[in-house]
Amino acid sequence: MSESIADRVKKIVVEHLGVDADKVVESASFIDDLGADSLDTVELVMAFEEEFGVEIPDDAADTILTVGDAIKYIEKQQA
Amino acid sequence: MFDLEGRKALVTGASGGIGEAIARMLHKGGATVGLHGTRREKLDALAEDLGERTLVLPADLSERPAVDRLAETAESELGGVDLLVNNAGVTRDGLFVRMEDAAWDAVLEVDLTSVFRLTRALAHPMMRRRFGRIVNISSIVGVTGNPGQANYCAAKAGLIGFSKSLAQEIATRNVTVNCVAPGFIESAMTDKLNEKQRGRIMGAIPMGRMGTGDEVASAVAYLASREAGYVTGQTIHVNGGMAMI
Repeated sequence: MSESIADRVKKIVVEHLGVDADKVVESASFIDDLGADSLDTVELVMAFEEEFGVEIPDDAADTILTVGDAIKYIEKQQA
Repeated sequence: MFDLEGRKALVTGASGGIGEAIARMLHKGGATVGLHGTRREKLDALAEDLGERTLVLPADLSERPAVDRLAETAESELGGVDLLVNNAGVTRDGLFVRMEDAAWDAVLEVDLTSVFRLTRALAHPMMRRRFGRIVNISSIVGVTGNPGQANYCAAKAGLIGFSKSLAQEIATRNVTVNCVAPGFIESAMTDKLNEKQRGRIMGAIPMGRMGTGDEVASAVAYLASREAGYVTGQTIHVNGGMAMI
């Protein structure tokens, strides 16, 4: 069975930010809870684009603040 | 000599005088060196002379897809570029009022835009690896200006502003971005000067002589080293005191 979008998103976040997997919950804010800086958020968006083959324009990227935001955005794009 | 053992470098314009000196110096420091240029035979000869740890990468930087391909090939075949030296440059001199669009565009495209594109492609993997050294070869005239070189001076000044911005953006990723600005350096270009021109130039250089490619390359080797880790957004002038900025 293939991994869910949520699991793949969380895996990318864990890899890129070097944080514990149990901290990467849907309500976690990249900057406030996971210690990301502005460059990290750009890198995460680029990583999501690569993993899921979607394009995330800047204005959409600005609304992706939490792990859950990312999952929802990608699910919507792939639906 | 700075220890560059295990580093992977890409030097653009390595078929020219200064570029060759830079490639040789980084190679001597222990780095594996990707040699970019337009003249394949010159690059092959240089690679043969250096022996192991070289990769020949010819590309025409005036063609954008070729720049993208160069980045991809260098990154994959060298196994990650740690040291990027943007040295390649062209001139199309002429007095400003008679300068044609083509002369402006050609110089800006190779001397500035290709640097932007190549650096954009290679900086990101450097950031991911949390190490990188980007050295852009500017010029004294990018700071002082020079009659007959409005296009070249604009591009070379552009490199300095570009480097400062990028340096601020990626400093936290342990990637430094600096410039080296050579003055008059012995090369095929300066060999063409006549005695009178030469005399005038010498009069303006406190050292009373032209610099060598090695003297430029030494500044590059320093900026590429581990030791230069706290130096970013700077321009090192290698000009015999011709301009003290």
